[in-house]
Amino acid sequence: MSADTRTAIADRGPGVIRRALDSDLWYSFTRAPVAMTAAIITLLLIIGAFGAPILSPHEPFNPSTLSLNDSMLPPAWLPDGQLRYLLGTDDQGRDVLSTLLYGSRVSLLVGLASVVFAMVLGVGLGLLSGYVGGRIDAFIMRVADVQLSFPAILIALLIDGVARAALPRDAHNEWIAIAVLIGSIGLANWVQYARTVRGSTLIEKNKEYVQAARVIGVGPLRIMWRHVLPNSLGPVLVIATINIAQAIITEATLSFLGVGVPPTSPSLGTMINNGNNFLYSGEWWLVIFPGLMLVLLCMSVNLLGDWLRDALNPKLQ
Amino acid sequence: MSTAAAPLVKADSIGKVFDVSPPWLNRVLEGKPRLLLHAVDGVSFEIERGETLALVGESGCGKSTVARLLVGLYRPSSGSVRFDGEDLSSIAGPQAQALRRRMQMIFQDPYASLNPRWRVSDIIAEPIRVHRLIESPADIEARVAQLLGQVGLAASDAVKFPHQFSGGQRQRISIARALASEPEFLVCDEPTSALDVSVQAQVLNLMRELQRARGLTYLFISHNLAVVHHVSDRVGVMYLGRIVEIAPRARIFGSPRHPYTRMLLDAIPDISMSGRARTPVGGEVPNPLNPPSGCTFHPRCPLANERCKAERPVLREITEGGRVACHAVEEGRLGL
Amino acid sequence: MTQTPLLEVRHLRVEFASRRGALVAIDDVSLSIAPGEVLGVVGESGAGKSVTGAAIIGLIEPPGRITGGEILLEGRRIDNLPYESMRAIRGRKIGAIFQDPLTSLNPLYTVGRQLVETIQTHLGLNEKAARDRAVALLESTGIPAAAQRIDHYPHQFSGGMRQRVVIALALAAEPRLIVADEPTTALDVSIQAQIISLIKRLCKEQGTAVMLVTHDMGVIAETADRVAVMYAGHIVEMGPVADVIHRPQHPYTVGLMGSIPSIGEDRTRLAQIDGAMPRLNAIPTGCAFNPRCPRVMPRCREERPELVPAGQTLAACWLHAQTPEVTR
Repeated sequence: MSADTRTAIADRGPGVIRRALDSDLWYSFTRAPVAMTAAIITLLLIIGAFGAPILSPHEPFNPSTLSLNDSMLPPAWLPDGQLRYLLGTDDQGRDVLSTLLYGSRVSLLVGLASVVFAMVLGVGLGLLSGYVGGRIDAFIMRVADVQLSFPAILIALLIDGVARAALPRDAHNEWIAIAVLIGSIGLANWVQYARTVRGSTLIEKNKEYVQAARVIGVGPLRIMWRHVLPNSLGPVLVIATINIAQAIITEATLSFLGVGVPPTSPSLGTMINNGNNFLYSGEWWLVIFPGLMLVLLCMSVNLLGDWLRDALNPKLQ
Repeated sequence: MSTAAAPLVKADSIGKVFDVSPPWLNRVLEGKPRLLLHAVDGVSFEIERGETLALVGESGCGKSTVARLLVGLYRPSSGSVRFDGEDLSSIAGPQAQALRRRMQMIFQDPYASLNPRWRVSDIIAEPIRVHRLIESPADIEARVAQLLGQVGLAASDAVKFPHQFSGGQRQRISIARALASEPEFLVCDEPTSALDVSVQAQVLNLMRELQRARGLTYLFISHNLAVVHHVSDRVGVMYLGRIVEIAPRARIFGSPRHPYTRMLLDAIPDISMSGRARTPVGGEVPNPLNPPSGCTFHPRCPLANERCKAERPVLREITEGGRVACHAVEEGRLGL
Repeated sequence: MTQTPLLEVRHLRVEFASRRGALVAIDDVSLSIAPGEVLGVVGESGAGKSVTGAAIIGLIEPPGRITGGEILLEGRRIDNLPYESMRAIRGRKIGAIFQDPLTSLNPLYTVGRQLVETIQTHLGLNEKAARDRAVALLESTGIPAAAQRIDHYPHQFSGGMRQRVVIALALAAEPRLIVADEPTTALDVSIQAQIISLIKRLCKEQGTAVMLVTHDMGVIAETADRVAVMYAGHIVEMGPVADVIHRPQHPYTVGLMGSIPSIGEDRTRLAQIDGAMPRLNAIPTGCAFNPRCPRVMPRCREERPELVPAGQTLAACWLHAQTPEVTR
């Protein structure tokens, strides 16, 4: 190997970070104030939520730290409020701000995990469906069609209910419940990924670089995984971002209905459910703040997804 | 022509039928019939080692389908393709893989024939990795650099992505990829049709040098007769899925026999502007789903008679060399 | 030429704004077309020939804009007209034929409706007269059973037939100039021949001038009276067709003609020009062709040559500005 070749091989060109910063996507991102604001807010919320154990001023789920004397306190800027309970407390003396942070953590966890699950399932089935075609494709798409005629909430409810009934009583612990919840929301949402990826796969399958791979002798699985999948992922990213907000709201709805997360790890939805009882007796902070948090979270994720979709659409350039 | 050595590639009456019927439900509800497209209908030819056979024709004539049948991208609905004596459809597994190593394809669209997310080095090295020709990564990189040099690119181009190259450079990368497994037979499907004229000249010269240096055999598909004249040893003219004339290059261009071949040659814009009077033949290529009966060219042929409408002509050898499928030629009605 | 040219383009410059600054698509392009003449504009991809055609029809859209020069039609400026005035001229005085007949025709309207609409807009005839004229136009373009087919939709025509409809549409308002951008590139060879002879015949009959933009030198040889060769946004050679093809004076034209395979000749190796046309953001200083030119001189790298007489044509090359003639 000549010295020329050696240096050529050693210089692999600019790294990933440099390329990302140089890309058109970053350029349009830094010039879209809405997207940047939304991204910053989302980032702050995520840090706050997952850093809850460190960041929250109190430990709302440790009964030994609670004091019933401090219950039903209004937010700090109102008369009767205390500074150390910034957003007030609930009927058991739990600090609303702290419960917000812990609750967001659960909401985000369920939301993100269910999206990842839906994505893996949907992308996998879509890839299979598009590449193999024939009866497998027809079967998967018919299942998808049937599923789409049910509202997502209903499906999640069904799966959740069936799972609870099916699992033995002593397996009803917290983590299993959350896992079932993640699974049910994920199963309710895989169809949109599958359809989109199937469409992309059908297009990419006929492109000449895939034909070239077949002529070379590459096997179908390898073609699907290494050739078709990387080129079909673009729209998936956009769907996933929007789906996160949907998943969080679905989880909140289910928890509001009482069939979501177990009461031992409340989410924003559970808090809204609890707080609802006190709305008409004047303790508005118990429902408004979790509601606002939910709206803020979903809106910033949605705006980010919106911007991403427009930025990745070549026709709008 | 002595055939002491068996031909490298032999297409024996190959046919390919595509089912383009509307979906089953529509057919039942609307009473629509099944639609079958006979893209290739009884095509036979041979390619000797080291020669370039060109297949020429207009859109819908089936030349691209023939190319794909020859490399195994499609299975023939009838007939067989033999490579070095072995029938492609009847082998599988490691035997088929070994055969795949010896034949490769170059595609028309330089923008769609390279995976946009792969680096050039991975693209070129793929055949090497799939067939496990070289094991050590360092040796693979060296071989990629060598291949890049052979097609006129720099070794430093290996780390780049396809979108950083022009159309002509991408075709060179495609050629490098095709050469990576050291094949004997290359099928080239309109490799220069999407390129500018000056870039086309570069790529055609390159392909010629490689053929000379490595003794490659080419099947060259094109609709451009001037390019075909430049690269081929023998030429086959296709119309609606059939070969109408196949002969050595000098004979086809010097004294074309089939009326369609003559029409094609007449239709080429004349850059030397010899002031030759041209009468463009009327009509268009008929719908391949509903081809005319007998000789499919008869609606546009000035020499068509009753026999042409009823009976399909067979490729026959003629004294001047090559084979022609035409009743008028057979009956001596060409009236030269 | 004693008569005023029908179309005159003077020092035209078109730029495209991009995030890395303005990209110059065509720079200092000057040409003229006499009434009834066929001017070919030939060049490879990226040379700027389509941009020139689009500028003349008035179809340059942001991020592109005309940033210099003038376009005059029958002596009056048209490059700075407001949108509505340009729309009136487009169709009435200038007709357009594009490469893809599929996208040139509105798939939702019948062919007849599109023709009648154009005729009524520009010629002010009543419905019946316009329809009769439309049928006559279709017949003159060689569409069989025109009186029935006039009520068909574009998708019911084949590719070659569609292009004939597009030609009929372009000629409907009896324009003085037709700009045809790659009118036959998407068609089969046999259909190409038919369409080329159709354009020639109809334009001769109506006395319409044609600006034929294409990369296919053969089409130019058959159809054009004069030809302009473009490279990287400039015209590098211009003159009568026979002279440019057989006695090219600019090294790029020489290389171009040498790289075209021809049935009449038998060469083992096509002449090739090494390298590729520069991208818009990397155009060399001086003569844009200098990195690839086999006859480059130091002056070529510094100053850009203007079109000067060279043999029977005009060539933008320092070889001719200094010495009166050059041999190939």
